[in-house]
Amino acid sequence: MKRKFEASTALIYLLLGTFALACIVPMLLTVMVSITDESSIIRNGYSLFPENFSVEAYRTLYNSREMLSQSFFVSITITVVGTLAALVITGMAAYTLANPNVKYRGFLNLFFFITLLFNGGLVPWYIMCQKLGLTDNLAALIVPALMFNAFNMFLVRNFMDALPQALRESAYIDGANDMRIAFQIYLPICVPVLATVTLFYALSYWNDWFNAIMLVDSKDLYPLQYVLFKIRSNIEMLTMIPTGGSIQFTPPAESAKMATVLVTIGPIVFLYPFLQRYFVKGLIVGSVKG
Amino acid sequence: MQQQSPMKAQTASDRFYQTEWKTKKGLVHELLRNRFSYLLILPAVLYVAIFSYATYPYLLIAFQRFNYNKDLFHSEWIGLQNFEFFFKSSDALRITLNTLQLNLLFLVFGTIFAVALAVLFNEVRQRLFQKVAQTAMIFPNFLSWIIVSYMMYGLLSTDFGLINKWLSWFGLEPVNWYTKTEAWPAILVGMKVWKEAGMSSIIYLAAITGIDHSLYEAADIDGASRWQKIRKITLPLLAPTIAILTLLNLGKIFYGDFGMIYAIIGDNGVLFPTTDVIDTYVFRALRQIGDPSNAAAVGLFQSTVGLILVFLSNWFTRRFFREGALY
Repeated sequence: MKRKFEASTALIYLLLGTFALACIVPMLLTVMVSITDESSIIRNGYSLFPENFSVEAYRTLYNSREMLSQSFFVSITITVVGTLAALVITGMAAYTLANPNVKYRGFLNLFFFITLLFNGGLVPWYIMCQKLGLTDNLAALIVPALMFNAFNMFLVRNFMDALPQALRESAYIDGANDMRIAFQIYLPICVPVLATVTLFYALSYWNDWFNAIMLVDSKDLYPLQYVLFKIRSNIEMLTMIPTGGSIQFTPPAESAKMATVLVTIGPIVFLYPFLQRYFVKGLIVGSVKG
Repeated sequence: MQQQSPMKAQTASDRFYQTEWKTKKGLVHELLRNRFSYLLILPAVLYVAIFSYATYPYLLIAFQRFNYNKDLFHSEWIGLQNFEFFFKSSDALRITLNTLQLNLLFLVFGTIFAVALAVLFNEVRQRLFQKVAQTAMIFPNFLSWIIVSYMMYGLLSTDFGLINKWLSWFGLEPVNWYTKTEAWPAILVGMKVWKEAGMSSIIYLAAITGIDHSLYEAADIDGASRWQKIRKITLPLLAPTIAILTLLNLGKIFYGDFGMIYAIIGDNGVLFPTTDVIDTYVFRALRQIGDPSNAAAVGLFQSTVGLILVFLSNWFTRRFFREGALY
């Protein structure tokens, strides 16, 4: 059916287009600043259409790469290890909660559900981490808070609930046990929702600085996000202290700062388009069925 | 092989369903019968048991002068002193009101934008535009708040920021945003909407997609305009979803978004009067001042009120939208 041009259609496209544009302008600005010549930043401020371009910021970044390479290593390690562990724990648990043969399913559901409603808060959690020796080591960045998320589990469970029961029954009849059914039948079928959950977990690990600020002191263990946080608070400190002091810290140049930010989001930008196809679908199927 | 397997399967399912099903349904028996299922869920159960349930007893340190070396049972009990200290300070009212104010604003504007985006998206028939625009809108959701704070610095910075440059084009004085306390609730709401509205619109879009298409077809035959269809079909049928999600979020209104606020505000004390929330206060009490008991008292106050709010909002949901209730 051919539609004739309507003013309301144009308005809708305009509104959505504006919002979408507003969503990427700050990102665009960051890119532009990172490739702007430092002196033209000083002269004109940040600009989407810089006067002079320069890749100096990236050269600086490359030359001081040992500063960030350790943090890159930490971030990548916790993201890969953590996401894999979280995915296995979540997928397995979801299978059991979606299995109607399990008699205590209701109780287990409630067991997880209560933690979504009530949490003891920061302090008891912190003391528990101290007790478990999750302080100032790599495990402290991986295990607490992030390795299991009940919301993600319910997302996978809802997806599994929507699958026909005959799938499980026929596998039972063929002599498979729940372990095999979970790993060889259910989890492979759930790829769309598992992709979504993988993205959620990977992002929460990559973007995490909470565990670092709470549990980690040594610089070797700083993940990238926390390094960025530190850089910023150091600059804030400097601007609050009256100038003329003898502090030898020179904040990174504006363009180098933005280049660092861009390098830090890099992997997400690569991951996102691959997963997006699954992502919207997985989220819709998982969330609509309450 | 082909002929044998049904026979073997018969005996296997026999074992599963007939012999064991009929016997007593005790706890041990159930655990044995579904041992693989319980094994599969064990890691998750342990994780939650350790990091949630096992931490609850430590809420009691709110009534103690807690000493890390002496632990829960040997630290000195001091009754309600920690609570007294907190509620007598001027901080109590400020952080409570800030938490409520910011969360309410987030909720109202977040919902309005998410619903509006979903409704508008539903009208778009151009696939490519839909895909590109949606990708752009979801993108900010994947950035950490730290990175967002850097990007916003690009807009708000006093010397270099875009906004001050735009202001100067209109002949207005540049504003030092990072000391302008009263502007920050609005700025934070803007950031929240910018980062999350695109993502939350997906759920509303899913709900709209679920609406019966014959309704729209019937409206088309009656010559309804696009605006009439939105107002008389889409929005009324979306109302239960909106109400349910809003009520659920009302239950969480006492929990500040630490990851957001601390990443953006940090320790910039100038902005505390409008941006300091319960969660950032607890963090500072624990990690910077180093008073776990005082922090725990504020945390317990938060958890308790939070729980009451969850119950209240769920009671409302169950009352008015039976299917939407949490439990």
